[in-house]
Formats: sequence, structure tokens, C-alpha cells
Amino acid sequence: MRSTLVALVEDKPGVLTRVASLFRRRNYNIESLTVGHTENPGVSRMTIVVDSSRTNVEKVAQNLYKLVNVIKVEDVTEQPNVLRDLALIKVQADGGGTRSEIMQLVDTFRARVVDVALDSLMVEVTGTEDKIDGLVDVLRPYGIVEMVRTGRVAMARGNSGNGHK
Amino acid sequence: MKKTGAEIVWEMLEHEGVEVAFGIPGGTIMHTYHPRRGYGVHHVLVRHEQCAAHAADGYARASGKVGVAIATSGPGATNLVTGIATAMMDSSPIVCITGQVSTPVIGTDAFQEVDITGITLPITKHNYLVTDVEELAEVIHEAFYIARSGRPGPVLVDIPKDVQQASTEFVLPDDNIELPGYRPVGQGKADLVARAAQLINQAERPVILAGQGVIMSGAMDALRAFAEKTDTPVALTLLGKGGFPESHPLALALMGMHGEVFANRAIQEADLLLGFGMRFDDRVTGRLNAYAPHARKIHVDMDAAELNKVVKTDVAIHGDLRQVLEQLLPLVFPGDHAAWLAHIEEWRAQSRKRNIINRPENGHLVAAHFIHEIWEATAGQAIVVTDVGQHQMWAAQYYPTDYPRSLITSGGQGTMGFGLPAAIGAQMARPDKEVWVIAGDGGFQMTMHDLATIVQERLPIRIAISNNNYLGMVRQWQEFFYDKNYEATRLLNPDFVKLAEAYGISAWRAKNRRQAREAIAAARACNGPALIDFEIAQEGDEANVYPMVPAGAALHEMIERPAYVGTPQVAVQEV
Repeated sequence: MRSTLVALVEDKPGVLTRVASLFRRRNYNIESLTVGHTENPGVSRMTIVVDSSRTNVEKVAQNLYKLVNVIKVEDVTEQPNVLRDLALIKVQADGGGTRSEIMQLVDTFRARVVDVALDSLMVEVTGTEDKIDGLVDVLRPYGIVEMVRTGRVAMARGNSGNGHK
Repeated sequence: MKKTGAEIVWEMLEHEGVEVAFGIPGGTIMHTYHPRRGYGVHHVLVRHEQCAAHAADGYARASGKVGVAIATSGPGATNLVTGIATAMMDSSPIVCITGQVSTPVIGTDAFQEVDITGITLPITKHNYLVTDVEELAEVIHEAFYIARSGRPGPVLVDIPKDVQQASTEFVLPDDNIELPGYRPVGQGKADLVARAAQLINQAERPVILAGQGVIMSGAMDALRAFAEKTDTPVALTLLGKGGFPESHPLALALMGMHGEVFANRAIQEADLLLGFGMRFDDRVTGRLNAYAPHARKIHVDMDAAELNKVVKTDVAIHGDLRQVLEQLLPLVFPGDHAAWLAHIEEWRAQSRKRNIINRPENGHLVAAHFIHEIWEATAGQAIVVTDVGQHQMWAAQYYPTDYPRSLITSGGQGTMGFGLPAAIGAQMARPDKEVWVIAGDGGFQMTMHDLATIVQERLPIRIAISNNNYLGMVRQWQEFFYDKNYEATRLLNPDFVKLAEAYGISAWRAKNRRQAREAIAAARACNGPALIDFEIAQEGDEANVYPMVPAGAALHEMIERPAYVGTPQVAVQEV
């Protein structure tokens, strides 16, 4: 099972290294880790996805708290939340009917074509990881040339979550 | 007033109450050394930076204050690493100040450049690379605060040479340290404390497991009051020694791998364990799935990450031990566990019969003998600093102590070479105390160059070498688990007496119990430092540490002290 932790950390040099070093040192398994700015200057937000069947999520949170620069850690897995992943997918499309077939699939998944070249299309898709996996599966037969995924970002809905103390 | 970065370092050390720093100058830190004489911080020049870190650690453990080590960049900084890891594992508050190459050349592989903040990331509580002299005072202030507060630990401050040279208006930082993510805990949650009190009041066979947290939180009096009120016996971890007086009738001595049989049996038979400021280390629990099978467990610790880490507990209280004990005291009923204690006393009497110091003399010197003689001669009042290995376990067994901060030893990391330099720190911290190093011949040779520091600082440290011409603990394991294949453990040693004399240190050799007694008296009568080479039994029962829980065995599956001379008849497991 996957658990999602959201950590607010001080935006200081080396904080990402400290977090990554902690995971390595304690032998925790990270599925994905994203970092970005928040509404507060000086505070960054990390979304950390761990495999909770192999890693004790509570211990991850407690050890994160031992890092001086970590301000707040929250396990949002069980909370009502919005989880999003973004992917850019370059697919082979060299004329014939494939180009329009792909564009139909892209529409069905509410994704967008963001670049067109002679022999390929670049697709941007946002959503849960399941949805993106689904799109990737149907695009694969056409030939995926290149793909990048951001990894999960998460936010609790309504009045819960890190922004509300 | 304008000050250079170098001056700010000393201003801040003075401000933090630092009396002594241990270190070695070098290319990128000499600018900081330059103005040192204008400040009230004594500097001890060690012979290897590892010793600077251990000495700072020993100073911290003996005094309860923050120890300070200083080194240059590159190899100076990397030599600190073993000492920092040792301090980290045993939660010892030290601040290490290292020089770094100037900021414009950081990252260019400059001469003596090393990424010491990167290297020490997993072995410091926190570390800093100061790139602007404006931040220096504040960073040092924070470093001391982080080192000593919460669960203490080492903090490293890396200062590039140009930051030491730059000047700025020096303003003493105020005490409002802004660390939004750092909040050391105080009291425990009331509902958990109440639940713990309930379990304590129901218990019939409780045992307290007292760790170093007792000493660090200053909970000695609270623990004693709690144990006496609830009539609960107290077993000690290695680092917990001194947290509860061992002469107290409720004291159960050392627990764990080389703990006393009666202490471990009590733990295995208990119906309630109270883990106070300890972390259920594998050396303490033995095989986990057979650990204290009948006991409910209450665990109090400063560090939430320690709770339920290895042992599942019934009540886990995140809090400062002294405060939690003060919360608990009014909630617990006066206890009467006479039957339970009588039971333990029977086991204790059995253990006593096998105790090596009660054995008839046979001409051999045994480590337990000379350690006992030191204990008698010093009336148990000395600060004993050990190295790591067999002698360390014997010191823990045969130098019982009633006072906190009087046994200084590398527990978690088990760092050989720790003893001598840590004793330098301890003696600097406590000039009023008699300080004894007890070291094996193997570990002693890892840092013996710092004999020179002892002489240069005129420290009256007494050094006892427990010399069996072996890496004794490894040899013991080879005897038990590797078919007596003494691979790479035999040591051809120098003449330690001549060696000491070459440094100007008075020295004696003792080969039997009478000579041991005489040498100890002579060493104590001596004004300056003294060294005794105790030639102890090299192999056989007398050369092994008992009792012993073999790795992978449960606590009650101990190899007891042999009742007679001969090979112990026990089923032992490969590790």
C-alpha cells in the first residue's frame, strides 16, 4: 500500500539532501519525492510517497521530525485529499491514422497535445497515478519515445491539512 | 564593535560558557587560532583530531556541558568523524568547529578541501556550512543550543577561511532562537501518564530499566523516589550506570549481553518493564521474540523515534524523563513487592557464588581482580573511563558506582581508542576528581599517541592496561563461535612500561593480585600521570567475559560464570 506524507520544511540549502540521506540511512523505500515552494516564502513543501507495506510510515514521520529543518509532517493518506501526478509523454505518430487515433485517446483522458512534430506528438496529462498509468498503457502500442512524470503531489481537502494549524 | 569571523568564534565560545576546546590547527583554521589568547578559552593541543572529538565527548559526559573540538579542513575534519559518530550514538553534546577552504574555491577540489558537512550529515544532530560572516554568531549560538537541548548530540560548524577573515559588526545573538521545526519535548501526555500509572499500580513483578536518559535529564532523584515508593528494582544499561546508586538494595546491576544473570532473569520473569531513557538496544534485549515474554512494557523517551522502534510497548510516553517521573510520582501507589524482591535475591545469591572476585587465588591475575582493587582503593569515587572490549564489560561489572557521570564509555558505537582521549576531556572537566582509564592492549594502541597530550597538560590521569596480548573480545568470540581459530587477534605489544616512561609517565607492571594492589597504590601516590600494565590471563575461563548472552539467544539463555575452571558446557550458536 502507498502512503502519502506531506512535509513542510525550511527552505535552506541542503534540506533535500538531509531528507534523502535520512531515507537512505534508515533503509526506507521512497516511491516518489517532490519538492516545491509554498504560500510562505522560506517554507518548502515535500510530498513523499512510501510503500507502507515495507516501510513504517509513523517511523518515517518521527525521524523526519528529528531533522532540525523539518517543521511539520502529516500523513494525508487517510484524509480526504487531492492527489495529482503530471506526465509528459512523447509518442510515435508518423501519419496514417495513428495521429488522429492518439488524439482521440488524449481527449478521452482529458489530456492535451502540447507539441506536434513530423513523427511524434507530445502529450501532457494531469491526474491521479492510476489515470496516468491508464493513458500510458493505451499509448504504449504506438511507441513511447520518451516520458517524464513529476511524482505525486498532495493536498488535504477543506479545513484539514498543513495550512491549518 | 567590528570583529573578524575568527574573533567571533571565540566571542561566542566564551558566551556559551566554554572553558576548554580540544583541537589541532592547520591551514584553513589557523586564522581562528590566531586571536585565541585574548579569550578565556583554554586550548588543549591533541595529537590526532579523533582525540579532539573524543576528548570533547569525554568532557561533555563528565560535566554535562557541551564539549568543543576544533580541526582544520580536509584530513583534520575527516579525522573527527569517528569521534562524531561515537557522540551521536551515545547522545553526547559536542560542537565541532572545522576550517573550510575559502568560499570562492569551494567545489574546485582545492588543497585540503573536503565536503565535511556532507560526510557528517548522517552522524550529526545538525550541521552548518557558514558562507557569510554575518551569520556566524547566530549559527554558533544555535549549534550550542541544538547540541545540548532535547536529545543531545554532536553539531558541526564548518567555517571557510575567508569567513574567518571577514569582519562585521559583532552583536551578541539574543536567546530567541528561531527554529520553527525544533521543539524539544517536556512533560508527557497526561492520559498516557495516567495509563502508565495504572499499569504500575497493578504490577506484581515490575522491573525498571534505567538508561542514560536518567542522567541526561537529571532524573536521578526522581528515579530513586519513584523506585522506593513503588518498591521496584532497577536494572541498568551500560550508559545508565550512575543513574541509580548500585549500592542501593533495589539496584540490580548491569542488564543485557554481559549483564548479571539475576538482572536478566528478573527482566525475563517480570510482568511489567519500565524503560526509562533507554532504547532497547540489541545488546540489552537479546533475541527480541523471546524478550520479557510476560511483561507489559512502558517506555519513556525524549526521542519519539525511539518509541516502538524495536520493542512494541503498551504505553509509549514521549517526554523528558525527569518531568514524566514527577508527573507519575503522585499517581502511583506505595508498592510492596517483597515476594518478588526475595525471589530476585535468591538469584542474586546464586550469581554471587560464581563471582570471579570470590574465587580463590591461583596466581593468575584476572581483570576483575585489578578492577576490584581500583574500586577499593578509590572507594568507588573515581571517574572511570573505559575503552571498548572485554575490560569494558569487566569495568561495568566490577566498578559499581553510586554517582552519575562517573562511568564514561562508548556504548552504541563501541569505539576502540575512545578511553584515553575521553579521559583527557573528563579530567579537564573534573580536575577535582581522580580519573582512571581502563583500556585493553588493543584499543589503547589505537590512540596512545595522546599520552603526549596528557603530559603536556600535566593531567594526573591513571591508566590501567588490561593486557592479554589479544584483541580479547574478538578472541573470546573466536573461541566460542569460530572453533578457537584466533585469526588476526594475537597482538605483539610494545613494552608499555618503557613506552610510558618515554613520555615521562611513571609506570608499573603487575602480574598477580599482590603486585596489582601495590602498583595501584603507587600510581595513586604519584603526582602526575601514571600507567600500569596489568598482565592478565590470556586464554581460558579467566580470560572470558561472563555471563554472556550469545548473539541470537534470549536473555535467559545465558552462559553463566563457570563454577569451576574448565570449558563452559553450553550450546552456543553461530552468529
